[in-house]
Amino acid sequence: MNAPVPYDHEIELSNVLERCNAAARETAIPSQDELPEGFSGTLGHFPVYFPEEIAHAAGLLPVNILGGGNKLEMKHADARMGSFVCSICRSTTELGLNGTLQGLTGFVTHPICDAAKHLAGIWSRNLPDQLAQILYLPQNVNTPGAARYIAAEYQRLRADLEKKTGRAIDDEALRNSIRSYNVNRRLLRELYRIRRDEPWKVSCTESYLLLRARTRMPCEEHNALLARALDAIRHRSLPAQDKPRVVFVGGFCEQPPLEMLEAIDEACYVVDDDILVGLRWLTEDVPETGDPIWALAESYVERSDASPVQHDARKMKEDYLMDMLKKSKADAAILTAAKFCEPGLDEQLAWSKHLDGENIPYLVLEFEEKMTSFEQMAMQVETFAESLLFALA
Amino acid sequence: MSTATVQHPAPTETDDFDPRAEGQRLIKDWYAQLETANARNAAVANVFVMGNAVEILRAFDFELVFPEINSLQTGVRKASEEYIRLSEDYGMSPDVCSYVKADVGLILKENEHPAGRIPKASLAVASNMCGTFIKWAEIWERWLKTPTFVLDLPGQRAAGWQVRPGDAQHAADARWVEAQFQELIVQCERITGKRFDMDKLAEVEARVNKMVDHWNNVMALNRQCPAPFNAMLDGLTYIGIMNVHRGTEEGVEFMRRLEEHLKAKVGRGEGRVAEERFRLLFSGTPCYVSMRRLVELFETWGGVFAYSDYLTFAAGGMDATDLRYDTSRPLESLAEVTALAAQRGLSNQFFAHERLAQQIKDYAVDGVVFHGIKSCRFVSSGMADTREFINKRLDVPTLYIESDLIDPRYWSDAQIKNRVDAFFEALHQRGGGAPLARKTVATA
Ligand code: SF4
Ligand code: SF4
Repeated sequence: MNAPVPYDHEIELSNVLERCNAAARETAIPSQDELPEGFSGTLGHFPVYFPEEIAHAAGLLPVNILGGGNKLEMKHADARMGSFVCSICRSTTELGLNGTLQGLTGFVTHPICDAAKHLAGIWSRNLPDQLAQILYLPQNVNTPGAARYIAAEYQRLRADLEKKTGRAIDDEALRNSIRSYNVNRRLLRELYRIRRDEPWKVSCTESYLLLRARTRMPCEEHNALLARALDAIRHRSLPAQDKPRVVFVGGFCEQPPLEMLEAIDEACYVVDDDILVGLRWLTEDVPETGDPIWALAESYVERSDASPVQHDARKMKEDYLMDMLKKSKADAAILTAAKFCEPGLDEQLAWSKHLDGENIPYLVLEFEEKMTSFEQMAMQVETFAESLLFALA
Repeated sequence: MSTATVQHPAPTETDDFDPRAEGQRLIKDWYAQLETANARNAAVANVFVMGNAVEILRAFDFELVFPEINSLQTGVRKASEEYIRLSEDYGMSPDVCSYVKADVGLILKENEHPAGRIPKASLAVASNMCGTFIKWAEIWERWLKTPTFVLDLPGQRAAGWQVRPGDAQHAADARWVEAQFQELIVQCERITGKRFDMDKLAEVEARVNKMVDHWNNVMALNRQCPAPFNAMLDGLTYIGIMNVHRGTEEGVEFMRRLEEHLKAKVGRGEGRVAEERFRLLFSGTPCYVSMRRLVELFETWGGVFAYSDYLTFAAGGMDATDLRYDTSRPLESLAEVTALAAQRGLSNQFFAHERLAQQIKDYAVDGVVFHGIKSCRFVSSGMADTREFINKRLDVPTLYIESDLIDPRYWSDAQIKNRVDAFFEALHQRGGGAPLARKTVATA
């Protein structure tokens, strides 16, 4: 019999990251046989935010559909979507048409932009057996009545899922899901706290993999992995390096390639970001008592994050960027936008003009999920980091 | 939108009615009025053609600026490239909506527009019908400090979506829209210093009802063969008036006379082209820099655009007989109709195949022409897939061409002509092309 292996936090973290890496890189969805216990199907949802609790309580594994990365071969989508549409929409369409997402029970998109809204039509024409729809989250969250409207929209979704699965979603099941996701929210807040306070302990790439893993596993499993990872990260004793502290924005929808994040990690500490902000959209715990649908709707209005594709008079885009910079004590910003992402490109310009006025250094980068060459970008980041260190010295 | 700026006296006799000249006169007058708005201390609102609460704004005597129309007018007046380039030099991406870029160019030129000086707005209303509206309004919000109201209008959620007036879904959506109107009214009161007048709202609505009635009849007249007007040329003038003069006396009068004029034309058996050979449906937005040329490429083959979904979505989805305001309950009714109209307008894009299938039948068209616009993802993102559906599943011939709304750099005359010619040759091969027989007038 082998002697028990002593706990080594680096080994533990690398085990967790390996599992997360596998999940995060997965474009396929679990087949009926591979579904985790308690789930009868999968519900695909497009960025940014989707109330996963409702699918989870319906016994549908929420699967965040994040495009095809840089390994996907486009065979069908080129003929179905203009070359001027962002990569995530095109590759998501490809995954729908090439059969990868054939097994989804449903696919939900949102009014974040017009390209994303069109996915529901494309889905309904090509995958008519799936429950394909737009969840009309409002672009006006400031009018009293917004929470009531969102609650009605969630109830509609709940009824549609019940009809599709033949399984009632009772309030208690929803509260249970909210409880699991509250644990997840707490763990993710802690992860981001460490990123801000001790960025040398966990890189942006690692944090991203840890977060993205939730797109292919039940929340409870993700909670367990996150708890193990956080414990190991806290025990890490990596020395702080001489790197500038930066905030990364522009990753709210289409995903920057891992190689891009690695290049940035090489040169900078990314102390805050908006990558996959939809998975941590609700910034505080959702009330676990009372009407669960109302709790989710009200949280969306009152305790949520910000992105370029959500209008909220309380969260002007420059203000929340400045807030991120301030709270994370960052020296500079990396302003990115996905190619052909109109809202992202508009915001990138507005942010850069604002930072000019504030005298805050920034680097502008445009990316595509399908990029495969990163040398030039790595050099740009390195030069930027050096200039920052020089200025800060 | 109309092109020339020549002054044309308003005709007194119906037979003298020249919709194009009269439309141009009304647009010219509107710009002249805007030019003096700030000096007169008039309240000015920026609004979009889809989802705009114009009825409420008119009840507060706001003068209306339509930035989309400003942008398209730079195209019509062959000045768009200058405005677009200015915004690109400022840093705007080549990949964003060219209307927005022309408008940023306008801001950079301190509101000097080829049609006159555009006044500074004291309010902007941006709906979510096109996502770009909101990003556009955010530019004014941060740059010009224009107070912005985002009007959220829920659209069709899924294929086969059936919402009927008064059902639970419609009631929920209308309640949400009404809550927003209530708040908008408070903002309007604050900005104008005027009390909201429900009777005035009812009066505006009564005029919109009349316009919509005429508009529906006008659209229905084009179900006749030959079609009395070209949806993508004459129709652009009509829709311009539907937007700019929505709820005004001039608007009602224009639409009334237009209907009479077109009815008379139909009665005489007169079509838009001398010999109508192909009836077509145009899906997408116009290319305002070359629309006359584009239409000519089709009309030389005897092809007429009998209908365009542009005339539905760019008028906010108001072309349906059931969309009438109940002026005895003006605000509730405004919310109810707005919720339905927005869904109609949006459905023409996001679940386009359903609407097109119906419109192909209604207008008895021989083919569908899709006009893709690189910078307008609202109309273009689902177009290729919709085209595939129309082609393969409905067996209706289609043509796909690409250019831009107002950016002349994307107009490629030879390439488009080749495609149009090849399309008509294919239609001939399918047995089309003989002069179409006149059909009896159906009920409008
Ligand atoms: S990447 Fe941008 S354009 Fe593409 S779906 Fe997301 S928000 Fe829309
Ligand atoms: S994207 Fe299209 S619909 Fe939207 S503002 Fe631009 S031209 Fe109009």
